[in-house]
Amino acid sequence: MVVLDQTTATDRRDIARSFLIRLLIVVTVIVGVNYIAWRLFFSINWDAWWVALPLVLAETYSLIDVSLYGLTMWRSRPRDAPAAAPRGLTVDVFITTYNEPVELVIRTARAALDIRYPHSTWILDDGKREEMRDAAEAAGLGYITRSDDWKNRPLHAKAGNLNNALMATSGEFLLILDADQIPLPEILDNTLGYFDDPLIALVQTPQVFGNVDDKDALGSQAPLFYGPIQQGKDGWNAAFFCGSNAILRREALMQLGIVRYVREVERAVLKALKGAAGVLREARRTEGAADAAVDAALGKVSAAIAATRAAIAAGEPLGSATYQLQRQITQVSRGLVADDLKLMARDIQAIDALRMETDGDWDALIDVDQNVDTLASRDLSPLGALTSVQVLLRSIDVDRADEAQPLMPLATISVTEDMATSMRLHGMGWKSAYHHETLAIGLAPDDLGTALKQRLRWAQGTMQVLLRENPLIQRGMSLAQRLMYFSTMWSYLSGFAAIAYFAAPIIFLVFGVLPVNTTAFEFFLRFLPFIVASQVLFAVTGRGIATWRGQQYSLALFPVWIRACTTAVANVYFQRPLDFVVTEKTRQGGAKWNLIRLQIIVAVILAIAAVIGIVRLILGFGEPVGTIVNVVWVVFDLIILSVLFPAARYSGYQSEESSH
Amino acid sequence: MDITVKDLGAGVAVLQLDGRLNMVTASCLRDHVGSAVASGQNRIAVDLAGIDFIDSSGLGALINGLKTARQAGGDLRIAAPNDQVKLVLQLTNMERLLTAYDSAETAFIDG
Repeated sequence: MVVLDQTTATDRRDIARSFLIRLLIVVTVIVGVNYIAWRLFFSINWDAWWVALPLVLAETYSLIDVSLYGLTMWRSRPRDAPAAAPRGLTVDVFITTYNEPVELVIRTARAALDIRYPHSTWILDDGKREEMRDAAEAAGLGYITRSDDWKNRPLHAKAGNLNNALMATSGEFLLILDADQIPLPEILDNTLGYFDDPLIALVQTPQVFGNVDDKDALGSQAPLFYGPIQQGKDGWNAAFFCGSNAILRREALMQLGIVRYVREVERAVLKALKGAAGVLREARRTEGAADAAVDAALGKVSAAIAATRAAIAAGEPLGSATYQLQRQITQVSRGLVADDLKLMARDIQAIDALRMETDGDWDALIDVDQNVDTLASRDLSPLGALTSVQVLLRSIDVDRADEAQPLMPLATISVTEDMATSMRLHGMGWKSAYHHETLAIGLAPDDLGTALKQRLRWAQGTMQVLLRENPLIQRGMSLAQRLMYFSTMWSYLSGFAAIAYFAAPIIFLVFGVLPVNTTAFEFFLRFLPFIVASQVLFAVTGRGIATWRGQQYSLALFPVWIRACTTAVANVYFQRPLDFVVTEKTRQGGAKWNLIRLQIIVAVILAIAAVIGIVRLILGFGEPVGTIVNVVWVVFDLIILSVLFPAARYSGYQSEESSH
Repeated sequence: MDITVKDLGAGVAVLQLDGRLNMVTASCLRDHVGSAVASGQNRIAVDLAGIDFIDSSGLGALINGLKTARQAGGDLRIAAPNDQVKLVLQLTNMERLLTAYDSAETAFIDG
């Protein structure tokens, strides 16, 4: 009975805490809407709209951000421990590597061998290094590199590496580890129990780093994300896959691969048939079509394509429909005399050149679109048209010849394949779990340059997912699941808001232009409750975790976030590679001030603006309350930016022993 | 899972499967399709009558086989799935891709 009472007391505390948090969320959103509505409808200084509008948009952005955070925290709580791992499951442990030092990979792999639950360990070497193969064999590890099918085809980075390994292995479950994530022996024992629920496809565990001191100058640890935030997403069945330290169910991934494959083949076939019909229609209008034999051939193919489109529309499976069509077109081509074939050669070359241009970063579907568009825009001879149609249809045939393998279970639409994949899994009705226990220890970047590149990559990948598969319009997910994905994407737009937050006080202090048209009393009456409630919400939900550093980074790294947005748009809509923008060269040793040049410039301008504002006040131009508010605001901005100074001076981790 | 290969001539081979087509046996099917195509039989009829269970990895092996056969200018067709297999084909939308023929022997009768 005593035990029962204790449990009840704990439960009661949990319920009280949960109620308090929900009350806080509701209050924050109410005072936030109260403030923003007043800002939007009653206090914009339209005479200075060029600063007033960006500022009010930035504030609206922040309100939405806090509201999404509130929704995340609504159900955030630790899960109960899962059941014990059932015996007899088959597990493959994948260690992904591209160019990490062999010793580092082997260290991780040896730790993986020591995982207690029976399993097979594989090194997935995308660098195809002889010394890596030798080391793996010497340590008794499986070694997988890309098969020959990947030659001259899009590699899809880590997603491709994993997809390749999926075809070469057969375990029911997969533990995925980055090359530097050293697993603890109990990692499988403590997580496989979740899969008793047949709908669980994914169990994600935290990513923590062993080479980071308490100050964590580069902000590598993400205790708020691998804690309250993932637990909150988990509450809505939307815990994300984060690429490493996660266990996946093979059946879920394979099913995802099949369903996507069928859908993409259907889309590509329909698109190609439509494009082919158009190309032929054009060709029959040109002069060469006067040749009776050629015109007859084009007519036959046109009819066959029309019949195929009708058959597919009527429900005929794609496999047989495209097979029949291919054969019909081949027969027509064979009927044409050899002379005509010479004429075609020129066009064939053009088409081959077109296919060679295919960029490694492109998605298969974009290739089809591109092929159709390009062929339609080219002046082809009628015979050339026939051949190009044939090539076009073959390139999108059900064998997906433009990809190394037909099934791509890990999503290839983004450099953050993890997030894209878990979103698709959720969309298919699978469930995920976040297990809040450190079961692997990794290595964080050692210098600011690498850390910034990593953040840029994450942000770019997230924006790619938003632009290619906007969660808000994906079928199959609940509204809350969509918002959980959208929330993370939304947070990466903070760079634009930061510009407004830095610019507004400068503009007031230097030029005396106030974006807000109100009295100080009215402003504080509405602004203070919102800012106080938000900060209390962060503090309470953070459960003692320092949330302030995260808030600092989300504004201070504004150039990174903005670059991520612009490069992702250029990549998704204009097929530019993501690293089109040349990244700053990192100097060896010394402080990395060049990496935060923009932020230093902003800080200096803020400081100068404060001085100018105070001088204006003394000289009698300035408005006292406005000046004080804006100087305080400048100080706040400088504190935000100050997070970067220790980061730029950071010279790597010094452990207790090595610092002697 | 057991696989029996029957040569019907004219480049047509029937692969008779027996047992469970899942993540463990998928590679076995893949290998058999590969060697049949390599020996010139690029039209493959997969007889599923003896398959009492199939998972997504099994479907993956069929798709891989389809790719192998198509790239050799042939085709892969499936025949005689039982109700569980039919249900899986339906759930994954695979029936949009592959026609299930009544019998493997007659799957290629139309060419």
